[in-house]
Amino acid sequence: MARARRTRAVPPAYLLIAPSVVFMALLLGWPMVSGILQAFVGPDGVTGAYLQRMNSDPAFWSAVRNTLLLIVVLLPLQFLFALVMAFLLQARPKGHALYFYLWAIPLAVSDLAAGLVWLSIFTDRGYLNSVLETLGLGSVSWLSYENYGSMFVAILIAELWRATSLVLVIVISGMQGIPKDYDEAANVFGASYLQRLRHVWLPLLKPSLQVALILRTILAFQTFAVAQALTGQDFPVLVGETYRWYTALQNPHVASAIAMVVMAVSMVTAVIYLKTLRDSTKGAS
Amino acid sequence: MTSAETSAETSARPAAVPRPQPAVDTAPLRALRRRRALLQVACWVVTAFMVVPVYLIALAAFSSRSALNEFPLRFLPTSFSTETMSTFLSSTGVLAGLINSIMVGLLTLVVSFLIGVPAGYAIARFAFRGHDQYQLFLLFTRALPIVVLSVPLAQLFLSTGVYDTPLAVTLLHSALALPTTILLTSAVFLAVPVDAEEAARIFGCTPVGAFTRVVLPLALPGIAAASIFTFVMSWNEVLGATILTLNQRTLPAQVLSSLSDSPLAFRFAGGFFLIIPAIVFIAVMRRYLLNMWGTTIR
Amino acid sequence: MSDSFFSQPFSRRTALKIGLGAAAAPILASCSGASTSGGGDFTFLSTQFTPVEEKQRFEKILADHVKDVRVSYNSMAVGDFTTQVKTQVSAGKVGIGMVGGLHGDLAPLAENLEDVSDLAGELSGAGIPKELWDLTKLGGTKNAYIPWMQATYVVGVNKAALEHLPSGADVNNLTYDQYLDWAIAGRKATGKPILGFPAGAKGLYHRWFQGFLLPSFTGGLITTFTSSEAVEAWTYMAELWKNMNPASTNYDNLQEPMARGEVLVGWDHVARLVDAPKDKPDDWVMVPAPIGPKGLGYMLVVAGYGVPKGADKKKAATVIKALSKPDTQLEVLRQNAFFPVVEATVPDDLPPAVKLESTAVKATQGASKALISLPPVGLGAKDGEVSQVFKDCFTQICKEGAAPTKVLGAQAKNLQRILDEVKVPCWAPDPVTAGETCTVG
Repeated sequence: MARARRTRAVPPAYLLIAPSVVFMALLLGWPMVSGILQAFVGPDGVTGAYLQRMNSDPAFWSAVRNTLLLIVVLLPLQFLFALVMAFLLQARPKGHALYFYLWAIPLAVSDLAAGLVWLSIFTDRGYLNSVLETLGLGSVSWLSYENYGSMFVAILIAELWRATSLVLVIVISGMQGIPKDYDEAANVFGASYLQRLRHVWLPLLKPSLQVALILRTILAFQTFAVAQALTGQDFPVLVGETYRWYTALQNPHVASAIAMVVMAVSMVTAVIYLKTLRDSTKGAS
Repeated sequence: MTSAETSAETSARPAAVPRPQPAVDTAPLRALRRRRALLQVACWVVTAFMVVPVYLIALAAFSSRSALNEFPLRFLPTSFSTETMSTFLSSTGVLAGLINSIMVGLLTLVVSFLIGVPAGYAIARFAFRGHDQYQLFLLFTRALPIVVLSVPLAQLFLSTGVYDTPLAVTLLHSALALPTTILLTSAVFLAVPVDAEEAARIFGCTPVGAFTRVVLPLALPGIAAASIFTFVMSWNEVLGATILTLNQRTLPAQVLSSLSDSPLAFRFAGGFFLIIPAIVFIAVMRRYLLNMWGTTIR
Repeated sequence: MSDSFFSQPFSRRTALKIGLGAAAAPILASCSGASTSGGGDFTFLSTQFTPVEEKQRFEKILADHVKDVRVSYNSMAVGDFTTQVKTQVSAGKVGIGMVGGLHGDLAPLAENLEDVSDLAGELSGAGIPKELWDLTKLGGTKNAYIPWMQATYVVGVNKAALEHLPSGADVNNLTYDQYLDWAIAGRKATGKPILGFPAGAKGLYHRWFQGFLLPSFTGGLITTFTSSEAVEAWTYMAELWKNMNPASTNYDNLQEPMARGEVLVGWDHVARLVDAPKDKPDDWVMVPAPIGPKGLGYMLVVAGYGVPKGADKKKAATVIKALSKPDTQLEVLRQNAFFPVVEATVPDDLPPAVKLESTAVKATQGASKALISLPPVGLGAKDGEVSQVFKDCFTQICKEGAAPTKVLGAQAKNLQRILDEVKVPCWAPDPVTAGETCTVG
């Protein structure tokens, strides 16, 4: 039957995806082409000068390092945290529906507002130092440029707070579709809680987790408001640099060149993820 | 009830069955209680982490300006004041921006679902040629920073006459939301068993009928999740909306850019005000998201 | 079963339904959208008065003083502003009536602005100083905009810091050395830095180097970029930075950290200091910037208004004339702390904070050693990149501790490359030679 579907049902699939392809192409086709060309074409024709400018900007390489470091550290923590939250809810404690709602709230907070609130916590005369001061422990300059470690941790915590809800909601919505019988069957055969997590829940959640991973990674490359609110220019990230070149420095060419880097890295990651996604769909069906 | 608890009960039962002895029975019960208590504590800790920042925004939004300049800062609303909030609310364009934002958010939902749900279904159900390339194409559109896209897009809109309308922002937001909508719904449709759909067809449903009556309800949690992302993304998107509108701005475009230059108290007032509609939306959608929790349809 | 699933007729019908739905949504959208800028029939797009309250106050001034045209005032960040004007003019569909911004905001738009020389002629009797008119020509012969208002930078001082002032120093006539000694004494006495610096992402700290520190030490800016005096200036700066609050890299303005008591002394734009003394004006004084070996360098901030190409110039002229009246300009000073460009007698009943600033501004302009710097002329869109050179110097020398000679040598090449691209002559305080590209010295 599966084979029959594959040979005969090709046209409906294309019909179903056609509107989205047409919509995206009409709307974003030209802007994307012109955006991409901008990185390589100047008033005097094709040039590598903008890439060179980008490369020679001292902030660029630290932005690359910061962005990658942040994503590499943030994403595993975030997924771990989201899974812990999801399984806490899955144990259905009293008031789980309320907990879920409260845990999803950061989703509603725009990244600008999120940056603002964490700034009010970590700034020199902020809430965190207020607590320390009240306890008699003295203040710490968390966001000082001299203190890369604490600056990084502050951004990490803020991003963990802001964006984990996204993963949580995807995982929870994925859990809704998983039949309880699997877990119950495993239980009957005496599997421990951890064994069931490892062999029943995680494999079944894999499609959701992978979608969450792809989306979260791509979006993580796109956000800079929190880092900028907390540290200004002291912790540059790539998209923030694009924005700075575009607005403050009024050089759309270099901005596009940096955007190309963001895009290239995002796409490479996406290809890697999609390869894993394909394997899993085979496994799941 | 967790499976862990059930296993604790089942393993305890054989001992209890032959002769009821309350004194022996309390150990697993205590373990159960302890586990319950631990679970609650863990939930409280997570809740504190998630909610305290929101509380702090609310606190700051309703504090007097001088209270925000004190150190150490106060954690209780001892200097309640609606001064900054009312100044913020009375500034030009907040109400109009609110209307535009809600309009754009809902229209974005409609457009991105009409276009995105069928595509998500196609990815989940059909193994067509270009399957992976299509998904990469979607991600490709999302991987380019908005700031680079928005200027050519503004030129496009200016020449077609949609510039400075909620429609312009809707179109951009739909394009931004589509990859999310499509990938998320495809993950959900993947989880809906093909058998259910086929059964409906056997019992005489049309393909569309089978889809709307059987598949859609089963996929509702995922669709609700996708709708939350779409609405919230549109609600909070500011970079593109700022470029594409001038006199018919959405709320974030209207206030967030100006807020960054305003005194701290106003930034909190604006930040808090912007959170409220999104929280309401999540509250509504949560019902559908948790629709199947505990039900045993299959 | 599934092979007949979604057979052709159904798919078409579905596609049709989807198509209709998709078409209906935009039609719904296009018929309405609420106006967020007050619903006036004339849009004044500006980079000034973006903060909530300032904007509200300026909207009131517009309503009170511009009677013939209903103006909607739309203010936004400079990047968005530039993009808006450029895209509208290049698409040939201009919905903006007039634009307002700093000299540096308007200069990049030169090609998108109407020649307003005729309007400049009509306003020639208003008493706008000649150097401002010269600025509006952007290095050419025609006026690209009309001067609107002006400002400068001063030093805000919390009186609590005065007790740390080095002996013999007059707070109204500080030298750069005394400024540094003051910062050191204050830090030693209180255990934490008393000095702040607006070095945040949106801070105006590059203007400190361009208009204050470097001209005061070297007498020039570009032509003396690598001179031994410049090295001395940067060495001084590194020392000063060690005695500043390190949180300065997060300050976009100083009025907030000052109001919080985090910063007691600091240099910033008058409009970004005005809220510091708001609650307790008696606790504050405002003084001119320090004096260096070559004089009291200070930078003039000029805002102007222009008319985008394709806009209704007549209507714009009406609004511009109304805003250029002395009464209107004084009202702007009273409310939003920007000083008039036209001749107007500054009244005595100014709000306390504005009064403090007014005194400091007068003292700066009237100082015998005053050395005026203009915002860069003719750099256009490269203004930001030139400023970035000075910001990078600061980062490398002060924050990363690199040797000034080495950094200045490398940045000089960078600066020259930018200047060669735009081929502009130097501007004050550097000697101006028309027709000769400015050379980094």
